[in-house]
Amino acid sequence: MKYLERRVIHGILLLIGVSVLCFLFSDLAPGSFFDEMKLNPQISSETVAALRSQYGLDKPLPVRYARWVESVLGGEWGYSFAYNSSVRSLLVVRARNTLLLTTLATLFSWLVAVPLGVWISNHPGKWYDRLSMGGTSLLLSVPELVLVFGLLYFAIRTHALPVGGMTSVGFDQLGLWGKTIDLVTHLIVPVTTLVLASLPVLVRHVRASMVEVLKLPFIQAARGHGIGPARLLFRYALPAAGNPLISLFGLSVAGLLSGSLLVEVITGWPGIGPLLLEASMSRDLYVVVGAVMSSTLFMVFGSLLADVMLVVVDPRIRVE
Amino acid sequence: MGLFTNMMPFATVSLEGAALLRVRALTVTYSTRNRQSAPALRRVSFDIAPGEILGILGESGSGKSTLALAILGLLPANCSVEGTILFQDEDLLQMDESRWREIRGAKISMIFQEPGLSLSPVMRVGDQIAEIIRAHRPGNGKTRKLECEAVLRGVRLSEVDRIYRAYPHQLSGGELHRVAIAQALACRPDLVIADESTRSLDVTVQAEVLNLLREINRKRGSALIFITHNPALLAGFADRVMVMYAGGIVEQGPTAQVFSRPLHPYTKGLLQLIPRSRNGTNLTSEGRLPVIPGSLPALNPSSRGCLFEPRCSVRTAHCQNESPGEVTPERGRRVSCFNYGN
Repeated sequence: MKYLERRVIHGILLLIGVSVLCFLFSDLAPGSFFDEMKLNPQISSETVAALRSQYGLDKPLPVRYARWVESVLGGEWGYSFAYNSSVRSLLVVRARNTLLLTTLATLFSWLVAVPLGVWISNHPGKWYDRLSMGGTSLLLSVPELVLVFGLLYFAIRTHALPVGGMTSVGFDQLGLWGKTIDLVTHLIVPVTTLVLASLPVLVRHVRASMVEVLKLPFIQAARGHGIGPARLLFRYALPAAGNPLISLFGLSVAGLLSGSLLVEVITGWPGIGPLLLEASMSRDLYVVVGAVMSSTLFMVFGSLLADVMLVVVDPRIRVE
Repeated sequence: MGLFTNMMPFATVSLEGAALLRVRALTVTYSTRNRQSAPALRRVSFDIAPGEILGILGESGSGKSTLALAILGLLPANCSVEGTILFQDEDLLQMDESRWREIRGAKISMIFQEPGLSLSPVMRVGDQIAEIIRAHRPGNGKTRKLECEAVLRGVRLSEVDRIYRAYPHQLSGGELHRVAIAQALACRPDLVIADESTRSLDVTVQAEVLNLLREINRKRGSALIFITHNPALLAGFADRVMVMYAGGIVEQGPTAQVFSRPLHPYTKGLLQLIPRSRNGTNLTSEGRLPVIPGSLPALNPSSRGCLFEPRCSVRTAHCQNESPGEVTPERGRRVSCFNYGN
């Protein structure tokens, strides 16, 4: 499978590129984790210099990068100055939480966007098509920030949903069912925000590519062979409209991921977002790099998934 | 009980004089938003008998494709359709969409133009035939696959397994064409319409396809409407021929008679256009191929008179003011021209 091999290699090159840029940019940023210590009169400048050399910050950039790569290959992903632990142990839990949020948001966005887009594409110009188009325009123009604040306001005023965090106090005492319910109620605000933010683009793309496909001669031919409307839309038109949508799927994962970093910070979801923010503020270099790298990794996986789906859906790519 | 209900349509058809399809005064007008345009079909009337091959001849724009789409109920929503299309004594134009779906592909089916474009690029060819069977007949995936393979063998495709699993881009033009025919025949329809379907084929493959269509027509007894702009394809193939010009039928009759003795000036001109190999006998005195001067008239609703009049070499003053009705100068032949008495 030449095509997929190439995509995997692309993904790996992308990861390497991002890591190099990450190092470069963090080196350009002024200050380091230990600079704040210099302001403290109780810590001598010798101690700070000793710490710097202990963590290898006095070495030139290529050496630091080489040591970081070594650490990644060893499974450590560098060391956090602030937490005094390996970056990996910090990231694993955070990444899992972000992954949960992003996966659910991706799933629900597409579960709504595909049927809705297909339905309205069948009758362009009908009242429900106009309504959907108007609604998505409106949503498109509302920033995520406003959406999430609106939902939080709603949650606070109605007390219907918990605000902030991933679990309630006393989560550990709950049974399995109770834990699930608690987690789900905490998920509603961030997931809804992400779904609402990504939905307009997805619905419009599904509709647009379906409208294009429905004009093609083979749809007319299938209708002429007596194929019913539901079959026509979902068995004939949708797979043919699939290619641009699958590429969009890869992009939407990236979009949802970057969106989720913001939403996490605001709703206090313990994902990569807050960690990245905190680490950037305190110049906790390797945590920043690690957080960016794990986001990139998700993105690469998202687009690889899209490539695999493309191969499954479109036979013409397989032949190539 | 079941026996008698099954017998009924048979009895009525034979009483009616064995017409499978009866089209009467069919007029189709495409209307744009703010103005009424001229009819694409003008009071078209013809019959087709069970098992007959009817060739429809005309230039592009003469309304032949509109006619095919009208018979299948596939005209766009902005069309107004008048007249009647009786198929097995049921008026197709009075039917609702769900009844149309039962007929399309099952009783009347179509071989579409450009099989390469009328097949989905992302579905296996076998699945695209199976879907048609699925839409019309009970059964499960296994029985459908068997039926598909039988249909593919029926259009003389060898390597049924390869074809069944292939995607359209993996097949040759001739194979695609046979697949399109297999699609049309999948549910053993009583009437098949082929719309310019051999246009894109090489001459040799074209001949094979025509032979296949004829063989199927003879073996199964399904009637065929073969639409083309090429008179050469109809000679020796169609039982009857119908010549269309600017949305109307100008002449119809048995193919051999129409071709040897065309009546309408347009038919005469059209048949002269077939280049003959022997000494170029139909060349003009300047050694050129003959042409019919002028082009299809721009249709507008207010036009009076015979629509062929501006290009006609035997026109009279009468032709400008009145449009000729159909006359029957000989048994089995009909022509719309004042030269044959009106």
